[in-house]
Amino acid sequence: MGNGTNLGRVRGLGSAKHGAHHWWHQRLTAAANLVLMLWFMIAIAQLPAYDYATVRNWVSSAWVAIPLILLVASVFYHFRLGLQVLIEDYIHDELQVVLMIVLNFFTVGTAAVAIFSILRIAFTGTPA
Amino acid sequence: MATKPPVARPLSPHVWHVRWPITMTVSIVHRATGDGMATVGTGAFVWWLAALAGGKDSYATFLHVFTQFWGGAIGYVVGIGLTLSFFQHMATGIRHFLLDTGAGYELKSNRIGAWLTVIGSVTLTAAFWLYLLGGK
Repeated sequence: MGNGTNLGRVRGLGSAKHGAHHWWHQRLTAAANLVLMLWFMIAIAQLPAYDYATVRNWVSSAWVAIPLILLVASVFYHFRLGLQVLIEDYIHDELQVVLMIVLNFFTVGTAAVAIFSILRIAFTGTPA
Repeated sequence: MATKPPVARPLSPHVWHVRWPITMTVSIVHRATGDGMATVGTGAFVWWLAALAGGKDSYATFLHVFTQFWGGAIGYVVGIGLTLSFFQHMATGIRHFLLDTGAGYELKSNRIGAWLTVIGSVTLTAAFWLYLLGGK
């Protein structure tokens, strides 16, 4: 097992230069999640009510819809990385490959539904 | 290798036979809360958004399931569970950021840091729900 060239080792890069990719993106999205989720929790707590009109009116604002879309992008990418490690640690052989594909479908699919829903509310407003 | 008869070799003690410090608990809880939110939380969050986008009727169904069934038991269990998971995962996440700098590995400070995540998450969850239910 090689550890790359001397120069690569000095620069802290793996042979493919992507050794820290997963670790770095996990930390990057963690920091973004911290800000976005705290905003989300405080905003949810401060809503005056949780009926259809109130919540829908809240999401239809650009000041809510845009951070909410950013939240979906960051949080969903973050949980994809986390579930990947769970699968890598506990599931082996062919099933690991299958679950990794299922994980990607799950992440992209749920993110698509979430972002489409937010955009639909933002673009159509609150029907009377 | 294959020609040698198998010898009964001593096994290392399994995880249940060693001491279980708080640091081990918050470590596995970080994973459990993260993966719990990734599955249950994603389901509830996407359902909430899709129901809200779908219109009055679909949102009424969502609200009915989470606030009416068994006196709103689903809403309380999922809601408080997710809130506690979030604050615990957030606290251990912040702790990991600090540990990433190389600080806090001394036994005592490491243990104190782990306990602080538990105290913090329970406190924040209680504060969140007290505000939600009674503070307004």
